[in-house]
Amino acid sequence: MAADLWTALLIAILAAFTGYEVIGRVPVLLHTPLMSGSNFIHGIVLVGAIVALGFSTTNLERAIGLVAVIMGAMNVTGGYVVTERILAMFDRSKQRKGGGP
Amino acid sequence: MSAWNSDLVNAVYVVAILVFILGLKAMSSPETARRGIVFAGIAMLVAVAVTFFISGLSNFALIALGVIVGGGLGFYWARVVKMTAMPQMVAVFNGMGGGAAGAIAAVELLGSLAGGATTALSLAGAVIGSTSIAGSVIAFLKLQGWMRSKPIVLPARQPINLGVLLVGVGFGVYAVASTTTLFLLPFFLLLLLYGVLLTLPIGGADMPVVISLFNALTGIAVALDGFALVNGPLGDAGYAMVIAGTLVGAAGSLLTILMARAMNRSIANVIFGAFGATEETGTPIAGQLKPIEAEDVAVMMAYANEVIIAPGYGMAVAQAQQRVKELADLLEQKGVTVKFAIHPVAGRMPGHMNVLLAEAGISYDKLFDRDEINDEFANADVVLVIGANDVVNPAARRAGSPLQGMPILDVDKAKNVIVIKRGQGKGFAGIENDLFYKDNTRMLYGDAQQVVGKLVQALKKS
Repeated sequence: MAADLWTALLIAILAAFTGYEVIGRVPVLLHTPLMSGSNFIHGIVLVGAIVALGFSTTNLERAIGLVAVIMGAMNVTGGYVVTERILAMFDRSKQRKGGGP
Repeated sequence: MSAWNSDLVNAVYVVAILVFILGLKAMSSPETARRGIVFAGIAMLVAVAVTFFISGLSNFALIALGVIVGGGLGFYWARVVKMTAMPQMVAVFNGMGGGAAGAIAAVELLGSLAGGATTALSLAGAVIGSTSIAGSVIAFLKLQGWMRSKPIVLPARQPINLGVLLVGVGFGVYAVASTTTLFLLPFFLLLLLYGVLLTLPIGGADMPVVISLFNALTGIAVALDGFALVNGPLGDAGYAMVIAGTLVGAAGSLLTILMARAMNRSIANVIFGAFGATEETGTPIAGQLKPIEAEDVAVMMAYANEVIIAPGYGMAVAQAQQRVKELADLLEQKGVTVKFAIHPVAGRMPGHMNVLLAEAGISYDKLFDRDEINDEFANADVVLVIGANDVVNPAARRAGSPLQGMPILDVDKAKNVIVIKRGQGKGFAGIENDLFYKDNTRMLYGDAQQVVGKLVQALKKS
């Protein structure tokens, strides 16, 4: 295996522990927005899709690459908007304006 | 890659990753959650924009087209969807991510089948990504009601599923071994089929856990694609994908375990158990259903010291949240203590009910989760169950019930239990509810919005 892959593997291990620690003590109330928020974060796949399409050389690759970009863009925008809509409701200042306590 | 733009792209990715981690951290507290997603959003926007500066990139028109079409569709759909339909929306957008990961792997594999470790990683990314998109689509169809939500159980499904998976992976390995791209077609088709077969036997009540699982899987698929890219000339994008994907894979796995634990189920049981496929037989429930009128309930609540409201998905479907808030406000004006008991899986996802109540303007200080409020039901004069069923079913305490062991809200311990229910049907899990037949339970039939509206009217008069 190339040196880059070993580096990536080490990084992945650290990232896994980070993901675990960051979520560790989340209240149930935030499970839904958090699932939606992490759904948004793997929208980084769009970056990979752009690269894949950007270096495509045959028409078949371009077609599949285009599908990847469309899907990745849906993931990232949809994931963001849904999460933002959910979390906007938890905004205390806004809640007061809406007639809350 | 020339030096200046390589450094720029790398620097932006590093900052973006840092903001993602801080954003996720901020999302674990209600005070800072919104800031978290907004910052993560800005970081993502910059990370995507800077990707265009990677030198050697071509097909710009196609990329722009894809971003505009996909982004527009995602934006529009996410804007118009109702809050009650949020779980299936998360399923769809997650599926899109899985599909993108699978398609990236396909492009990499078509480009070269002789990359050694890189090719193996692309194959793995393709396996997980394809399973995730097919499974997420089935989850969406079931939650949206476009497909029967009850488990669809084929005979000998376990060996069939395993067979489909193994033959599919076999085609992939053979494609690499013989460097014949044609064999990638059956590889992808069989893996999509595997995702469908895996999700079909899973009932609607378990879907949240499955969506969370597919979310984690998509993260892992993205990380695997990232690994494959790291080795190429485009390492920078690869590392960003490895970190973000692994972050989601780990966080998503933990979230899946927390959700499964809230339902007292193991993940293996959710996936392979076909829960709810068999009807409970025998053990007819003693007693009968006792109906009550809204006016009587209003009087009962007006003179109570403490009322606990236990809302379920039925309340959300009837769009009764606003009326429920009015009801709670009126009762508090009369000096009644009002609390909301939120089961971890009330609604269709953990925390879904909190979101729906927050939307109606009910302060989250009044929302109590199961552990906080279960001992308090015995002190409550009235418990109002609105459109909840399985999560208040005492059958969970009875050996032999399919719900056995599921943590429930102990509403039956209250002095009076009022159940607002549309009709005499069963819950999402398809199981009779013992609660409805108890001596201290009265049934208030009707659409939740209308019935709570009647309660509000009656309270205003009294």
